[in-house]
Amino acid sequence: MAKRAAPEVNAGSMADIAFLLLIFFLVTTTMEKDSGISRKLPPMEESEEDVVIKQKNIFTVLLNGKDQLLVEDELMELKDLRAAAIEFLDNGGSTDNDGNPCDYCQGKKDPASSDHPDKAIISLKNERETSYKRYISVQNELVGAYNDLRNRRALQVGPQRGFRDMNFVEMQKNYKDVNWPGNKEKLKEVIDQIKKEYPQKLSEVQ
Amino acid sequence: MSKFKKKKGGDLPAVNTASLPDIVFMLLFFFMVATVMREDTLMIENRLPSADQIEKLEKKNLVMYIYVGKPSSQYKAKYGDEARIQLNDKFAEVSDIAAFISAERASKREEEIPYLTTSLRVDKEANMGIVGDIKQELRKVNALKINYTTTQGDVSNNE
Repeated sequence: MAKRAAPEVNAGSMADIAFLLLIFFLVTTTMEKDSGISRKLPPMEESEEDVVIKQKNIFTVLLNGKDQLLVEDELMELKDLRAAAIEFLDNGGSTDNDGNPCDYCQGKKDPASSDHPDKAIISLKNERETSYKRYISVQNELVGAYNDLRNRRALQVGPQRGFRDMNFVEMQKNYKDVNWPGNKEKLKEVIDQIKKEYPQKLSEVQ
Repeated sequence: MSKFKKKKGGDLPAVNTASLPDIVFMLLFFFMVATVMREDTLMIENRLPSADQIEKLEKKNLVMYIYVGKPSSQYKAKYGDEARIQLNDKFAEVSDIAAFISAERASKREEEIPYLTTSLRVDKEANMGIVGDIKQELRKVNALKINYTTTQGDVSNNE
């Protein structure tokens, strides 16, 4: 018998099969985005040590059950919160624990406000009836205040260390980016320095 | 002049669909790669608030999810109208969180445990009361790294 060429497989239904699969994946896809505001909770401690913190170094933000914002016992709009927090953190009225004045602060140096960014604490209080969306808005503004200050500082410190035109948020992004070509060790130093200069001291109390 | 008469007038030639499977396959591969299968079936309403000062959660396998929100419409009759906690496909009480965290920890390698983060996926209409209870419970079991998971957007979208 003469050798016959193998018959060609009919590929006409290939598109249908692929479409079927495509539609399945289209329907099940959720494109989950996992991002948010990261926080660290204070550890449970049985022994309450008495740490004396001067009243002027605490910036109290209270969000009451009616979603009203009380900053240092005064009503405030959400849009003014970031500026108020920056003013408090960046005041630099006195020295830190080691007696160094805050030479990078650009605040008013008001003796009645915070001594040093290292000592300044923002205390965020809420009530049970406070709505979650409002709470997140306030958290966002406070984190924004820290980020604004750190960005400003990054633009001052960065160029001296060879990281021109890069603010703090971009520095952190580059540090995590595997494809970033720059010197990561040096970048880490700068990031750590800025984090130390403007530490995020935000306490959540109930 | 028969050379020019061969062309038939009128009929449009059919579009060649031979490359259609290739195009569809390309799309298919894109979606296959980009798909993240939902881990939990949500039994609650879960519309996250928006914020713009956010960080990405890095290691997906080291995240524990706690969902909070009102029961969705088919569960309303049974579970009521108040915001509830959902852990792993089930409604749960605040007291169940400790067991949930230890179960999650047990399923991870020991050296990974300190990097576990709890992602709080709370509906924006929920109250802080339940969130505060969860935070308190997390402190008790020493799961201190949390993330208020939000969507990217301006805070004015929350109102």
